[in-house]
Amino acid sequence: MDEAKQEELFWKKIEAEEKIEPKDWMPEDYRKNLIRQISQHAHSEVIGMQPEGNWITRAPSLRAKKVLLAKIQDEAGHGLYLYSACETLGVSRDTLIEQLHQQKAKYSSIFNYPVLSWADIGAVGWLVDGAAIVNQVSLQRTSYGPYSRAMVRICKEESFHQRQGYEIITQMANGTAEQREMAQDALNRLWWPSLMMFGPTDKDSPNSAKAMKWKIKRESNDLLRQRFIDKTVPQAEILGLSIPDPDLELQADGSYKFGEINWQEFYDVVQGNGPCNKQRLDHHIKAHNEGAWVREAAIAYGMSKSKETIAA
Amino acid sequence: MDNAIYNYALRMGDTCLILSHRLAERCSNGPFLEEDIAMTNISLDLLGGADLFLSLAAEVEGEGRSADDLAYRRNERQYYNHLLAERPNKNFAHVMMRQFLHDALLHPLYTGLKLSKNEHLAGIAEKGVKESAYHIRHSSMWIVRLGKGTDDSKEKLQDALDDLWTYTGEMFEYNDEEATLAKDGVIPSFEELKTTWLKTVKEVFNEAGLEVPKDKWMATGGRQGVHSEFLGHMIAEMQYLPRAYPDAKW
Amino acid sequence: MSEVKDNQGPLWEVFIQSKNNLPYKHAGSVHAFDGEMALQNARDLYTRRGEGRAIWVVPSNQIISSVPTDEDSFFDPSDDKIYRHPTFYTVKEGVKNM
Repeated sequence: MDEAKQEELFWKKIEAEEKIEPKDWMPEDYRKNLIRQISQHAHSEVIGMQPEGNWITRAPSLRAKKVLLAKIQDEAGHGLYLYSACETLGVSRDTLIEQLHQQKAKYSSIFNYPVLSWADIGAVGWLVDGAAIVNQVSLQRTSYGPYSRAMVRICKEESFHQRQGYEIITQMANGTAEQREMAQDALNRLWWPSLMMFGPTDKDSPNSAKAMKWKIKRESNDLLRQRFIDKTVPQAEILGLSIPDPDLELQADGSYKFGEINWQEFYDVVQGNGPCNKQRLDHHIKAHNEGAWVREAAIAYGMSKSKETIAA
Repeated sequence: MDNAIYNYALRMGDTCLILSHRLAERCSNGPFLEEDIAMTNISLDLLGGADLFLSLAAEVEGEGRSADDLAYRRNERQYYNHLLAERPNKNFAHVMMRQFLHDALLHPLYTGLKLSKNEHLAGIAEKGVKESAYHIRHSSMWIVRLGKGTDDSKEKLQDALDDLWTYTGEMFEYNDEEATLAKDGVIPSFEELKTTWLKTVKEVFNEAGLEVPKDKWMATGGRQGVHSEFLGHMIAEMQYLPRAYPDAKW
Repeated sequence: MSEVKDNQGPLWEVFIQSKNNLPYKHAGSVHAFDGEMALQNARDLYTRRGEGRAIWVVPSNQIISSVPTDEDSFFDPSDDKIYRHPTFYTVKEGVKNM
């Protein structure tokens, strides 16, 4: 089949809401865009293990410790599902990690903010996972089959994450004066970065328009951001915590008007100038390098094993 | 209060808790993502075991304390974990060796404890025996992999074994109280556990091509609450929030 | 595996049987350096919530797949063999459970 015909077939499938599968023909740009988005998503899950992992040994109760461990484990798992989805596009995980280390691939800017108190752990679950879920629910309908299937699985598993976070924040908002202060402080610091997680506004997001055409992305950044805000503001009100946005205003249609996001800060962090960018990347590189001899040993052992199998 | 059961549950609970803590420190530091998940999984299992043992201790004590109180409000001199559990995460070989040496004990221990005359202990073991069967499968495979992998991995693993062997003797120490528990069929006999343990580790080390260190001086003290300097730091970190905000509920 | 280019280990496809007597279903993939490791990694990754009672792992490069351009010749011929489906047959009213 010639390429024009292949492309026509591709668009027909997109049109008909059919999934594109790994062995199907796809435009090179589509493939590139997918790799960029899925790997960024995978790296985010994995880098996200660091700020939370930082608190496992300090979790204030055995129950809290168990839940946090289980949650971080899920995140590692989600990273894996996503790497696998990305690998079906013909790029190895090794290459993806290399791109991360060379800063050719990005991860969610939210993880470049420090997680400073136990209330932050609550806020991460409530706001960061909350924002991620809004995005992921939408992505279940993405046009690439393996990505869509990974999203379905992830959404199913993530449903407890946000509850875990909200439970912590609730406990603290209803706790001692000091706890309440920590909860408000966490919200103050993490509110705006959570809104930035949805990416630039639609008018400043050329990638996103393309991705929408291909149905890689299903809903626009601004729409998803608005959905998150409308869902989250009442949750804060129930706790008596105040959203750090003086311009926030409930409108007649039930949605919230909100203040201007500091886009300069967003672009700074994306370009590497956030509070924890270097720390996060250094940590990942260090762990990767320290594990090199283990992987080499495992490769050597695996080779001798498969020789045995063939000989038998 | 049944002192013997209380002490035994504390020792077991503390050992599981501290070992779990060490594994949790490894989170996001694994050699590859799948292994990171395996480690946190084992850490989580051990934490579950710690919770059960400490809950039992708290119940036996009968003074209204909870498992959390025992974990978060005792100081390092009141912790009774094996010294082996608190050895630091020097490298992957150390982590895996420490884990294997424990797994080779915990699996037969839970297997014996399942038959305990004390139904609480038997209940804890019911769960533990399944988890520990998986743990030893995981760690013994890694011992073989690293032992048969490259010269470098074998050397690192042998180093780990030579370093950690000193801390294994203590796991089989017992006092009169524990001898009575064993005689009454409440806990498995330490002598028998040692025989099983030694057989397992020798088999696996043999397959991995490791040399079992000559029996030398064995460290002791954990069971009396006399630890290495490492434990204080672990506990300070673990207990910081409840200690800093004693009135707060978490 | 003969060609280990990726130092993350080769890929394995994971199939899970969720209950006795159900078919094995493709769950996803894992990296592992040998079969036993693949089995353990699959267990840790895909059965964290009790999703399975049995697992198969297969090296991904051992999977032989049909190609999409074959779709027509490969699958269409079965479309017209409707007699393979029970609804092809008329059964007298009143006959139950056939």
